[in-house]
Amino acid sequence: MSAAVSLRGLTNRPKQERYLVTPEGIEIPIMLASKGSRLGALILDFLFFFLVIYAVVYLVIFVAGGAADTFASDSIEGASGALEFLTILFILFLFFMRYGYFMAMELGPRSATWGKRIVGIRVAARDGGRLTPEAVIARNLLRDIELFMPLVFIMLAPGGEWGSYGVAGAVWFAIFMFFPFFNKDNLRAGDIIAGTWVVEAPRTKLAETMSTSGAAASSGSSTVTGAKYEFGEAELSVYGEHELQVLERLLREDKDEALGPVHETICRKIGWDPGAGDERAFLEAFYAQLRAKLEGDMRFGKRKANKHA
Amino acid sequence: MKAPVLSSWFGKSAVAAPPDIESAALRSDRFRLEREGDWQQLEDIVKRMEKGGLRRISDEELLALPTLYRTAASSLSVARETSLDAATLSYLEALVQRAWFQVYGPRKGFFAWFKEFILGGWSRAVREIWLDVCIALFVMVAGTIVGWLLVAQNTDWYYRLIPGDFADTRVPGASREALMETLGTEDSADRLSIFAASLFSNNAGVAILAFALGFAFGIPSLLLLVHNMALLGAMMWLFVGADLGVEFAAWLSVHGTTELFAILLAGAAGLHIGRSMAFPGDKSVLEAAAASGRRGAVVMAGVVFMMVIAGLLEAFPRQLVGSVEGRFTIGGAFLVFWLTYFFLYRPARVEDGL
Repeated sequence: MSAAVSLRGLTNRPKQERYLVTPEGIEIPIMLASKGSRLGALILDFLFFFLVIYAVVYLVIFVAGGAADTFASDSIEGASGALEFLTILFILFLFFMRYGYFMAMELGPRSATWGKRIVGIRVAARDGGRLTPEAVIARNLLRDIELFMPLVFIMLAPGGEWGSYGVAGAVWFAIFMFFPFFNKDNLRAGDIIAGTWVVEAPRTKLAETMSTSGAAASSGSSTVTGAKYEFGEAELSVYGEHELQVLERLLREDKDEALGPVHETICRKIGWDPGAGDERAFLEAFYAQLRAKLEGDMRFGKRKANKHA
Repeated sequence: MKAPVLSSWFGKSAVAAPPDIESAALRSDRFRLEREGDWQQLEDIVKRMEKGGLRRISDEELLALPTLYRTAASSLSVARETSLDAATLSYLEALVQRAWFQVYGPRKGFFAWFKEFILGGWSRAVREIWLDVCIALFVMVAGTIVGWLLVAQNTDWYYRLIPGDFADTRVPGASREALMETLGTEDSADRLSIFAASLFSNNAGVAILAFALGFAFGIPSLLLLVHNMALLGAMMWLFVGADLGVEFAAWLSVHGTTELFAILLAGAAGLHIGRSMAFPGDKSVLEAAAASGRRGAVVMAGVVFMMVIAGLLEAFPRQLVGSVEGRFTIGGAFLVFWLTYFFLYRPARVEDGL
């Protein structure tokens, strides 16, 4: 295994990227979840939350009606016993929904609530260690002062019922609510005391290899003209890694109308006469040979970041 | 370094046949084609682990997981040096990250955690915050005294401290009989269980709030303790004034020893966080906050558990057992139990099997 490459020094990495160093000494980039996706996840969770509560309320009313009917003819005590039991279940259910939903979901193997799963984010330990039950409990116990209390105060304070006490409370709780905006890692108060953060959970599919088909393959030639494009050393040293990856994205996207202008630009840059009709084969061949050259240089420790380097 | 031929261990392979390796023009693509079977095998296992934990994974796959993970990790570090295929690199980064969470994040199941929690984890966490428990206890006692003194000086304070629903017949100037009645029992257990459930829900909510407010350097947690205990002090003044001090203490002790203890721990856990953030010592503020927060969370899980017991005690024995001795016995027994459990029960720490 070769020594790890440090990604930290590279300038073209996104600002929200953080690093996780595995015990093998490999740096894995992880992206912090954006505030927008976290808000989206929260809204989705609340949607589920209320849907479930409404469903249970209707179920309770339905069952309660049934219990009242069944016991009405027998005895009043029987009915009240059944209703009492339902009431207790309902009180406990509300308590566990309020405090338990987020905890139970984040303790699962994906460390994410349904809302987080849908937007593709998860909770992780900030020190790179494992996410312990204590951390999940800690980060969710603070939801009370970050979410429920601020909302209560913000809704009640303008009413003036609590006077200046209400306004002061609303402002004070708003500080907790907007905590993620005041630090670079988007930590909310619960994340701070639990030592966690919320990161993106990427689901990248393995894309096709580029050099096994079309004009990029070793024996490849254009399907349109049958021509085989060969580029010389000088022509390939015009571009660097950045341009190569732009070209890769373009070829993978499969949008033929975008190829024309790029084809023309490259031809002009390397002093070829841009033709028309065979752009894809040209670009595939150019991509494969440019990559072969840059990767060859890379093995000798020579890297060219972009065309200006 | 050729990747181990793990693919052949398994009968089924969900992976579509990759293109012929020899057809690839680029060395880095050949490198990838040689290994992508293992990567996809790893992805498949990780995907199933994310869906349903370890149940959906066979033993062979579980054994292969670390090897497959290291293969992917070493592929990533080689690919970073030799390949300029951005799509493959980002796939590998995502795959290694996902697998890393599953390989190095073997979480304890809830029951394993709960067992460790009951058999030592909880009482250890309580002992670790002993200083905060002492401070919170002092504040609570001070709050009670303040409540008493305020009301003793000016009875108007009573109406300010006690919320409306408590001040039914328990007001200054009420007759001894009226006060005695509020300490009485119910004739039957009807509806008491609803009372228990709502008491639990309410008290646990207050305890969690006391903990959460510790984030603001612990001050609001202490204020909450003072406020709640001043209420108690005011009530004590009222009952002692009517010569019902012993009866009131007995009535309160049934659930009070558990509930007040739980409130004490919740306040102490909140204060612990606030204190470690204000005085992080040689750690960074964030590290100190995280360490104390996790410790506090263990205490809080126990507090919720104590609130369940307190709710049950408040609703049933207190409303059904009328004698002063009976009430003191129940309350005293619970106090002794909690003190023994927290401070005398010290099992050796079970090492986390990582």
